Amino acid sequence: MTLIRAFLVGGALCAIAQGVVDSTKANPAVVMVSAVCAGAVLSGLGIYGPLVKLGGAGATIPLFGFGHALVTGMIEDAERAGLFGILTGGLRATAPALTAAVVFGYLMAVLFNPKG
Amino acid sequence: MSLYRVGTSTCLFPEMPVITATGSVVGPREGQGPLGSLFDLAYRDTAAGETSWERGETRMLRQAVDIAMAKAGIADADVDFLLAGDLLNQIVSSSYAARDHDVPYLGLYGACSTMGEGLALAAFLVAGGFARNVVVCSSSHHDTAERQYRYPTEFGYQRVPTSQWTVTAAGAAVVGLSGRGPRIEAATVGRVQDFGVSDANDMGSAMAPAFADTVWRHLQDMSRKPEDYDIIFSGDLGRVGSAIADDLLGKKGLDIKALHRDTALMIYEMKPEVSSGASGCGCAASVFAAKIWADLASGALRRALLVPTGALHSPITCQQGESIPCVAHAVSLVGEGSRHTGEVRQ
Repeated sequence: MTLIRAFLVGGALCAIAQGVVDSTKANPAVVMVSAVCAGAVLSGLGIYGPLVKLGGAGATIPLFGFGHALVTGMIEDAERAGLFGILTGGLRATAPALTAAVVFGYLMAVLFNPKG
Repeated sequence: MSLYRVGTSTCLFPEMPVITATGSVVGPREGQGPLGSLFDLAYRDTAAGETSWERGETRMLRQAVDIAMAKAGIADADVDFLLAGDLLNQIVSSSYAARDHDVPYLGLYGACSTMGEGLALAAFLVAGGFARNVVVCSSSHHDTAERQYRYPTEFGYQRVPTSQWTVTAAGAAVVGLSGRGPRIEAATVGRVQDFGVSDANDMGSAMAPAFADTVWRHLQDMSRKPEDYDIIFSGDLGRVGSAIADDLLGKKGLDIKALHRDTALMIYEMKPEVSSGASGCGCAASVFAAKIWADLASGALRRALLVPTGALHSPITCQQGESIPCVAHAVSLVGEGSRHTGEVRQ
């Protein structure tokens, strides 16, 4: 059941992004940044939290989930350390994703060569 | 001095330069296409055995030149100019390929129109008495062009349905004053046309007006009808652009639909990823070298108009929202032994 819920929520988010790619002339950078921003806004409005409860990993993985993690981290740190936490919370909460992207991206580039 | 011009834009050669030989080298997808068996060399590897796609493109261009020169039976000392162009920044593929030849070199940038530009310039140089032999060549490579113009192949971005597939190929031709082979009868140098298309994934639509303008001017200047040509070849308009070009010419009263072939739709089996057709200056160059030249040489074609079209934008200007300036150059080619039917104004 957990798997099905994750699949449905994650799949729906992907379908929305694919719809934007297919129906507009937005370039990939615009689509990806929009997804992060949308996740952040929805998180701030308190809508994304319930979606995470429902879909689990289907909702927390990038890119919508990345926006959600940014905002959640900011709020957490702000509660603990005041306004200064807004500056530190975002990167603290998303550090695993950023580090993983850099490390795995580097490993893939070293290990594999594109064939065209 | 005599002036060998007719109409607004066309140069008519009193002594028609001869295209004595051609060479073509292509990548795997092109080698498996409908024209596969006609190319001189087809690689199974997109890097052509080199360590990078850029090096592979240079190798293919150099080999196309070597093959054309070998077929023409000439060496560096017999060649007075090497004209070369490609799609990469600073036309590096051409300049790297030219390193290996001890020949005066002129780099060209005409995007997909490069082969038309080169053949016209070669004809001017030869007919003007400034060269005995000129080698013209151009190349493109799918993966180097993706890196340059869109996104690196490694990035794995989904392709847009209207985007054309850049050809991995190089074509070369030797243009001389004497010898056997198809001849260049006339050349019409195009004017830049820009009707405001700014989508770099829809270059066919952007280039169609340039093609239509050049074909119209050529036929007006030469006082000819489309039927005076066996085939009118456009270079890389693709499916969308070809239809627009036919419509534009139809509005001017010229019906070329039955005579019009697009090199972008000749080189690949039609599969979804290449459904809009091919592009890149290697497309018109390799199809010309392998197919059109051979058909003219064998007599299968008596007279053909080759009109490569180029989209002259840069990735930067497109990101800044600029539209795409386009150009098309027409080269009228006749089979061996054909004579002029046009008038030369003295």
